[in-house]
Amino acid sequence: MKMKHREALLGYAYISPWLIGFVVLTLGPFVASFYLGFTQYNLLTAPKFIGLQNYIHILKDHDFWQSLYVTFYYAIFSVPLDLLVALVLAILLNQKVRFMRLFRTIFYLPAILPPVAVAILWNWILNPQYGILNRFLGILHLPQPQWLVTPQWTVPSFIVMSVWGVGTWMITFLAGLQDVPRSLYEAAVIDGASVWKKFWYVTLPMISPVLFFNLIMGLIGAFSYFTQAFVMGAGYGGRGAGINNAGLFYALNIYIQGFTELNMGYASALAWVLFFIVLLLTLLVFKSSSLWVYYGGEKE
Amino acid sequence: MTPQRLKLHAKALPMKPSSGRVGTRVSRLVVYLLLIGTSICFLIPFVWLILSALKSSDEIFVFPPVWLPKHWEWGNFGKALTALPFARYALNSIIIAVVNVIGNVVSCAFVAYGFARFRFPGRRILFMVLLATMMIPNQVLLVPQFILFHDLGWINTLLPLTVPAFFGSAFYVFLLRQFFMTIPPELEEAAMLDGAGSLRTFFTVVLPLVKPALTAVAIFSFQGAWNDFLAPLIYLNDPSKFTLQLGLSQFQGTFHTEWNLIMAATVVVMLPMLVIFFAAQRYFIEGITLTGTKG
Repeated sequence: MKMKHREALLGYAYISPWLIGFVVLTLGPFVASFYLGFTQYNLLTAPKFIGLQNYIHILKDHDFWQSLYVTFYYAIFSVPLDLLVALVLAILLNQKVRFMRLFRTIFYLPAILPPVAVAILWNWILNPQYGILNRFLGILHLPQPQWLVTPQWTVPSFIVMSVWGVGTWMITFLAGLQDVPRSLYEAAVIDGASVWKKFWYVTLPMISPVLFFNLIMGLIGAFSYFTQAFVMGAGYGGRGAGINNAGLFYALNIYIQGFTELNMGYASALAWVLFFIVLLLTLLVFKSSSLWVYYGGEKE
Repeated sequence: MTPQRLKLHAKALPMKPSSGRVGTRVSRLVVYLLLIGTSICFLIPFVWLILSALKSSDEIFVFPPVWLPKHWEWGNFGKALTALPFARYALNSIIIAVVNVIGNVVSCAFVAYGFARFRFPGRRILFMVLLATMMIPNQVLLVPQFILFHDLGWINTLLPLTVPAFFGSAFYVFLLRQFFMTIPPELEEAAMLDGAGSLRTFFTVVLPLVKPALTAVAIFSFQGAWNDFLAPLIYLNDPSKFTLQLGLSQFQGTFHTEWNLIMAATVVVMLPMLVIFFAAQRYFIEGITLTGTKG
């Protein structure tokens, strides 16, 4: 009994840094931000309780709808596209190729670079006149979009750039692929399975937990997308959010409201709407996961 | 044909009879072509970055753009780096990153060990809570955290960018806990029997066994702090306190048409991460592998 007590106390002692940090830096701010969402607050005078006014204003706020549109547009295309590219690259690397490490390094490298530097580099790559991407498209006689200079090509610019940074996902897929037991493939071959069937019935179910993890992280990442939006939008449009706010991502809108205009109450309300959207999407993926995520030994 | 190739064929043969050999060879060719093609696509931005950084102000605006500069302007680097106090920015970035590494490694090791080894009421729920915090978009916490640090008088200091690291980070705690779980408890029990206390056992027996994981945490937190933009943007106003990322972003705003200088500054800001990556690639990959697949 005494031993048990001692163990529990020691346990709490070890986790105490996180416990304190959780209360002060996460739980506290989490609750505070919920409360602030019902106030008007500019940091200089005390928060004024205004009930649901912030949330009513959100519904009529053009910037809110624009930021929601931009963010969904980006997420719907970039997350599946990036996951697909990452998976294909991982499958290629898993083919027992020579120079595998070299290829892996090349694909992974961009993912570790500072997002500010990456965004500035792509700003230049995507320059409609002097950038290298349009030069290539021109050589191939393909249309050369104006990228960040036109509203309709602003979000696609971010999507194109995101493909360059799929390295981390590729590494997780590769690790997942390497964990698939060889015996499963051998059994599939004996059964006469084609390459496609092997992929569909062996590879995909076996790496579905990794896909699930990446999908959740990808969604959260897409909905908190900020740095690149800030850095690349800075040169375009009056508010630094692209021409006609075409690059007004949700997190960028929160930043502008909270830290440029000092509408901290309103920014908190926006943040809570974001929280619910992300929560809803995450729950949806979790709920659906029983249909498509395979955990070894669970079914069969 | 090299012996290695032959071996591959020998392996492939029993699996795929007759026509398989040609099929395998063609599909391997396709795999290599795809890999090489994609590699080139992934490398071009780097090449374009470096070549742009070396062009003169006239050559950067040649239409259609050319690859190689006629005059290699090595002076661009010097010009870019002295235009803003980059040495000061670098120093600030290094201070922030190093303190973050220390804070995260120490606090996360303790917390992860607590979750991995001790039984206490609420352990399961608290660990679930820890994992759940990873799913809160940080925008939700941003405003109240800012108010908190503002009330503490920490705005425009490095404190909001360093102190939180000492309270652990869910992602690294998770990573380290996975490692601790693989250590057989008998090792610690033996040390305890020899009279070592819990802390001593932790430092002398357990930690040396998880050095690779600690290295991964150190690298990730360095990368996180070094690459961070949002927090410095919010908390630092005084240019003498800026980090490299803030400085680079400001550089782009100030020199918005001098792309050769902007690219030169970008190269320099990328360099430290590249050096660390090549020095410690193994730990990057192991760390990601562990969190991605064992989740």
